[in-house]
Amino acid sequence: MTKDYILEMRNITKEFPGVKALDGVTFEVQRGEIHCLVGENGAGKSTLMKVLSGVYPHGSYDGEIVLSGETQAFRHISDSERQGIAIIYQELALFPELPIYENIYVGHEIMKGYVIDWNEIKVEAAKLLKRVGLNIDPNTKIKDLGVGQQQLVEIAKALSKQVDLLILDEPTAALNEEDSANLLDLLRELKSQGVTCILISHKLKEIVAVADTITVLRDGTVVTSLDARERKVSEQEIIKHMVGREIENIYPARDVTVGDVAFEVKDWTVVDPASGREILHNVNLNVRKGEVVGLAGLMGAGRTELALSLFGNVPGYDIRSGEMTLNGKRMAFKHPADAIENGMAYVTEDRKGNGLVLIQDVKFNITLPALEKLVDRVVVDDNEEIKVANDYRESFDIRTQSVEVKVNTLSGGNQQKTSLAKWLFAEPSVLILDEPTRGIDVGAKFEIYSLMNQLVAEGISIIMISSELLEVIGMSDRIYIMSEGTITGEIDAKDATEEKIMAMATKTVEEAV
Amino acid sequence: MRTEKVMGSGQKKESLAAEVRSLFVSNIRDYAMYIALAVIFLIFTITTKGLFISSRNLINLVNQTGYVAVLAIGMTLILIIKHIDLSIGFVAGFLGAVAAILLSNGWNVWLVIPTVLACGVLVGVYQGFLVTKIQVPAFVTTLAGMFMFRGLLSMVTAGTGTIIVRDRVFLQLSNGYIPDLPWGANFDFHLLTMLVGIGLVAAMIFSQVRHRQSLIRYQFKTNSPTIFAVKQVALSVIIMVITWIMASYRGIPWTAVIVTVVLLIYNFVLTKTRFGRHVYAIGGNAEAAELSGIKVNRVTFLVFSSMGLMAALAGMLYTSRLASATPTAGLGFELDAIASSYIGGVSVGGGVGRVTNTIIGALVIMSLTNGMNLLGVDISFQYVVKGAIFVLAVAFDITTRKRAKA
Repeated sequence: MTKDYILEMRNITKEFPGVKALDGVTFEVQRGEIHCLVGENGAGKSTLMKVLSGVYPHGSYDGEIVLSGETQAFRHISDSERQGIAIIYQELALFPELPIYENIYVGHEIMKGYVIDWNEIKVEAAKLLKRVGLNIDPNTKIKDLGVGQQQLVEIAKALSKQVDLLILDEPTAALNEEDSANLLDLLRELKSQGVTCILISHKLKEIVAVADTITVLRDGTVVTSLDARERKVSEQEIIKHMVGREIENIYPARDVTVGDVAFEVKDWTVVDPASGREILHNVNLNVRKGEVVGLAGLMGAGRTELALSLFGNVPGYDIRSGEMTLNGKRMAFKHPADAIENGMAYVTEDRKGNGLVLIQDVKFNITLPALEKLVDRVVVDDNEEIKVANDYRESFDIRTQSVEVKVNTLSGGNQQKTSLAKWLFAEPSVLILDEPTRGIDVGAKFEIYSLMNQLVAEGISIIMISSELLEVIGMSDRIYIMSEGTITGEIDAKDATEEKIMAMATKTVEEAV
Repeated sequence: MRTEKVMGSGQKKESLAAEVRSLFVSNIRDYAMYIALAVIFLIFTITTKGLFISSRNLINLVNQTGYVAVLAIGMTLILIIKHIDLSIGFVAGFLGAVAAILLSNGWNVWLVIPTVLACGVLVGVYQGFLVTKIQVPAFVTTLAGMFMFRGLLSMVTAGTGTIIVRDRVFLQLSNGYIPDLPWGANFDFHLLTMLVGIGLVAAMIFSQVRHRQSLIRYQFKTNSPTIFAVKQVALSVIIMVITWIMASYRGIPWTAVIVTVVLLIYNFVLTKTRFGRHVYAIGGNAEAAELSGIKVNRVTFLVFSSMGLMAALAGMLYTSRLASATPTAGLGFELDAIASSYIGGVSVGGGVGRVTNTIIGALVIMSLTNGMNLLGVDISFQYVVKGAIFVLAVAFDITTRKRAKA
């Protein structure tokens, strides 16, 4: 049987310090199909696409990329673009202050001699917008568009580059039902025009609806490739392949008696003063002593914003209404310092961006939020500091030569353990963990989970924000689901399934109210 | 000078050589600065036929460096937290003039000094307020300050032109020396200066030994005894040479005393206190610092206030040195201060820097000025040389940091 492959990736292996992100992956895409790539977070989907597009240059990985029969060695993303590959990421790469037409042609402007031919660009942009079904003036600025429309502009941009192979990385993650349906229709339309499409998505319902072929990745290897044209593939079948291993092994069991309510938020409504938009609406939640409460939801549901607004409100949101109670006392934190003093801690989702001081060493980071514990009158006790840091290094198994090693040289998992140690040194009673296992390998995840169990056993209450549904179900006692700034559901972890959570996470406000 | 000594003794034993090499590699940034300073000293000593290295000129160099060193110490903190202050030159110039005016109006010098220092803090408070509360970028705030204080300096000196200072105590600040002990007259050198030098060596060795013992007690990595000893001897020699130079002339200048006190205070605050940690944390990652409970605005505000204080001190040192306030005082001081900090190893990315190294940076810059003045080099060409050294230092800093990361 001879198939017409537009893309063959053979035996791709990509290693990062301490982690094998891809291990001998062979991935083949036929011309003119919609090929879905699924897998848990961290399974290697994005890494595979970065290898393909040249973000990771040829030579930084092992294996071979063959495009329409020709072996390729992309050194840069522009090399793959020239071969007709376009990739659209989860986080859109548009310029909000520029009009649509300029965004579409940025980087490959149509030239007349040495000047940009703006008229031609506007005419072509209008044609492209029509092709993606966006009925809007190309002079409109990006910031005035909705997320779904912006997504379509990204696709128009890709089409303007004469794309043969279009890669979409979770395009519908931030879209509502209607926008998602539109986008999927567009993909089918493009397919009929001969564009091949690789779709990365967590939304299995969509995958089952549009896919011709489904490839499942797990822990950096291809589990299976299913042909959805021959027979109908069910969501359950995909999940089975995605999860594969024994869930009991990933999420260590705990036996903790849950106590009284330790922390409670009532009617929390918050407005972002920059846009005037209500980002949180009447949020109610509580967490008990010794309990792990999961906070699930899609990207942009407002979970991180909730955490930040509670934890001293660093972004300066306008808190319109609501009250919070911590250990029986009503609180209003003006600064994270107040929150820390009262026993709250927040481990950020972006440990490199706003979690750790990367150019400083492990001990500096661990002692930062509670440095006063080491101060003798005015002087910080350096020796005591090293002792404290060493204690955490041992008990958390932070793998580093010494606590005087700079944090930016540690692996993701060890950085995350350092973040945790830092906050436990502050002795919190309520700990908010924002995506605690993002971007770290399975082994380190297990260690983080074990630490969480140990903490709740000591009586700490944990609120865990996570986009990994299996993690939320596996680690929580109770789960709140957020969508568009409101809590759209609360469910006991024993009764929770991915489908139930997803259904609530994709609810729009109108449905919930 | 010191590095060559260390290298020389390292050739005897293989393991020692390896240790010296690793020390050299991990501290290349600091050593390069000392080597640069040594090379500058050597070149000027040769080209001026020894005039540069004479006691008289070296004391002059110290007095010249004083006001820049004080400004650079304040600037180091500003740069660590990734801000900048362009106004300090004319703030110093203006406050120096204020001091001169108050003195000529008959104010007591002991009232003038704290008043002017308080004015400096006020200037810092004003600029710190704009930067933190109103969120005007420091570049804009202090550029505006540069305009305003330049104007104010012109205004207060407009009527009289140069204001002469005659107060004896005030003139001592940048031209005087510490008094000698009553029985010092029996020696042909400054006795108290020698005693201070010996005391410094003793204190240094004592604290170094204690530090080493605590490292050993906690079983941390230490240098081998040979290297430790060589280092102590080398440092002692350097201190004693400097002491002898001063003692054989007229003793320790008051400027050196003032700069040392300021340096010790700032070094203590930066390396030993919570506030110092917070400064480094903000420079390393302001967002993470804020989320770790550090009040970034408050620290920034204090750093700007301290900068104002240092500008006032520098202004008085400069006025004292010239024995007058002039309408152009302060021109370009901020550039010398910024260059000193960067040459002294403050990272352009923020979060890294030490005031002790900034002092060396200030010495590099002022040695260039001093040496080229001795040689009669045209002032325009001096700017070119200083600019070239400055950009070379930063380029070197960036490349060594990059290599350290890889």
